[in-house]
Amino acid sequence: MGIFLFHCFLGIIKPPYKIGPVIRQINFIGARSLFVILFTGAFTGMVLALQGYYALRKVGSEGFLGSAVGLSLIRELGPVLTALMVVGRAGSAICAEIGIMRNSEQIDALECMAIDPHKYLMAPKFLAGIISLPLLTFVFDVIGIFGGYLVGVGLFGVNEGAYFQGMYSSVDWRDIHMGIVKSLVFGLLIIWIAAAKGYFLHYERSGGFGAEGVSRTTTNAVVLSSVTILVWNYLITAILL
Amino acid sequence: MEDGRKPIIQLIDVVKFFKQQKVLDKVSLTVREGTTMVIVGGSGQGKSVLLKHMLGLLKPDEGKVLVFGMDMAGISKKELKEVRQEYGVLFQNVALFDSMTVFDNVALPLRERTRLSEAEIRTQVEEKLAMMDLEGNDEKFPAQLSGGMKKRVGLARALILNPRIVFFDEPTTGLDVTRSNEIYRLFYKTQAQLKYTAVIVSHDVPKIFKLADYVALVAGGKIQECLTPEDFQLSENPAIKSFVKETMGPIYSSEEEEMGFYEADQR
Repeated sequence: MGIFLFHCFLGIIKPPYKIGPVIRQINFIGARSLFVILFTGAFTGMVLALQGYYALRKVGSEGFLGSAVGLSLIRELGPVLTALMVVGRAGSAICAEIGIMRNSEQIDALECMAIDPHKYLMAPKFLAGIISLPLLTFVFDVIGIFGGYLVGVGLFGVNEGAYFQGMYSSVDWRDIHMGIVKSLVFGLLIIWIAAAKGYFLHYERSGGFGAEGVSRTTTNAVVLSSVTILVWNYLITAILL
Repeated sequence: MEDGRKPIIQLIDVVKFFKQQKVLDKVSLTVREGTTMVIVGGSGQGKSVLLKHMLGLLKPDEGKVLVFGMDMAGISKKELKEVRQEYGVLFQNVALFDSMTVFDNVALPLRERTRLSEAEIRTQVEEKLAMMDLEGNDEKFPAQLSGGMKKRVGLARALILNPRIVFFDEPTTGLDVTRSNEIYRLFYKTQAQLKYTAVIVSHDVPKIFKLADYVALVAGGKIQECLTPEDFQLSENPAIKSFVKETMGPIYSSEEEEMGFYEADQR
C-alpha cells in the first residue's frame, strides 16, 4: 500500500501534466457530491442547534449556541461527515471502477502499452480528492452554520447578534486550521484506500474474482475507509489540540 | 530450431509456481525477429502464463526471460517501459476500456505516448480503423460491438504505434469460422505491411499452422518441442503426436471406420 502511494505521488510529480483528467475527477468526486453535502450539512447544523439549545437553556447560556454549532462543525463534524459522505459516494465508485479494470485485464493492457496506471488512472484521482475534500468541507460548514441559524434564531428566537458574535469570538484560526488539515488527510486516505483496494483486487485473501469479488472488495474499502477516518480524526485532534 | 534470424525473446529454464502447483517447469523457448511463433496446448497447460512472462506481467521463480537481450525480472521500471513501447498486445478478452469509445480506445497509446496533435491522432486512428474495416464505428462503445469487431478494435489498438512484437492471446476464441478467418486475414495483411514479430497463443489447430513459422507445444508445464508446422505434424514426440491426433481429428478412409470411431466414443 505504501509503495502504491509512493508511485501515485511520482505519477503526480512526473511530467507531462494534464489538467483535463483532474477536472473530470474533481467533477466526479467534488461537484457531484455537492447535493448530498448540502443536504447533510444543513440537517447536521439544524440538529446541533436543536440539541445545543435544550442543553444550553438548562444552564441559561443560549447565547453560546452559535459558538457550540460553529466549533462542532468546523473542528469535527464538518470534515468527518463530509469524508464519510464522499467515501459512500465516490470512494466506493473508485474502488469498483478500478477493481473491474483489474478483473477485465484493462490495467494489464495499460501496462503492456507502456502507460503507467499510477499516473494515468490514480494521479488525477488523488489530486481531485485532495482538492475536493477541503472545498466540500467548507460548503458543509457554511451550510451547517446556516442550518443552525435557522433553528436557533428562526425557531427558538436566539438573538441573531449573539449567535454570530459567539461564533466569531470562540472560533479562531487554530480551529479552521484543524478542519483544513483533517479534510486534506481524509481526502488522501479515501482515494488511497479505494484505489489500492481496487488495484490489488487480485491479491484479496477471500478472492477478488468476478462481480462478487468486486462487490466484496468495495464493501471492505468503504468499511476500512470509514474506520480509518474516525481513527485519524482522533489522532489529528489529539496532535493539534 | 536452427534459424539465422536474431533472437528477440528468449525464455531460459523458466520455472513458475502458483502456490504449490508448478505451472511452468524449466521452459526454454526462443522467438526470432520477424517470425511468427505459435504456442499451442490444452487448456490449463500454462500457455497464457508463458505469454504473461514475455509481457513482464509475471516474474519467473527460476530462470530468465530475455527480451532484446534484457532480463525482464532484473530491469528497472523505466527499462521495462521502454521494452513495452515495442509491444502490441491483443488480449484474450480484448481488454478494451469499456467507458471509452472505439476511437478513444485506439487513440489512447498515441495520446499518452506521443506528442501528436489531435488532428494527427485522428488521421492515424482513422487509417487503422479503415485497415480493420471498422469505418463508421468510431463513436461506438465496446459493449455495442460484436465479438469479431471487438477483436478488430483490439488489433487496431495493438498496432497503432507500429510495434516490433505483437502478442496474440487466443485471437479467435469465441468467434465463428468467418470471423476467425477475418482475423487471420487481417493478421496476415498487417504483418506483411508492418513486419512485426508475432507470438500467438492459440487453440485453432490446424488453421493457425498456415500462419506459423514455428509451433511450440506446451504440455505438462514444459515445451515439448518447437518445430516448423510441417515437422510438428510429422513429429514422433508422443505428446505432439497425441496433440496432433486429438486436434486434427482421426484420419479415416471409409464410412465404416468413421462410424466405428463415433460408436467407440459413445461406449
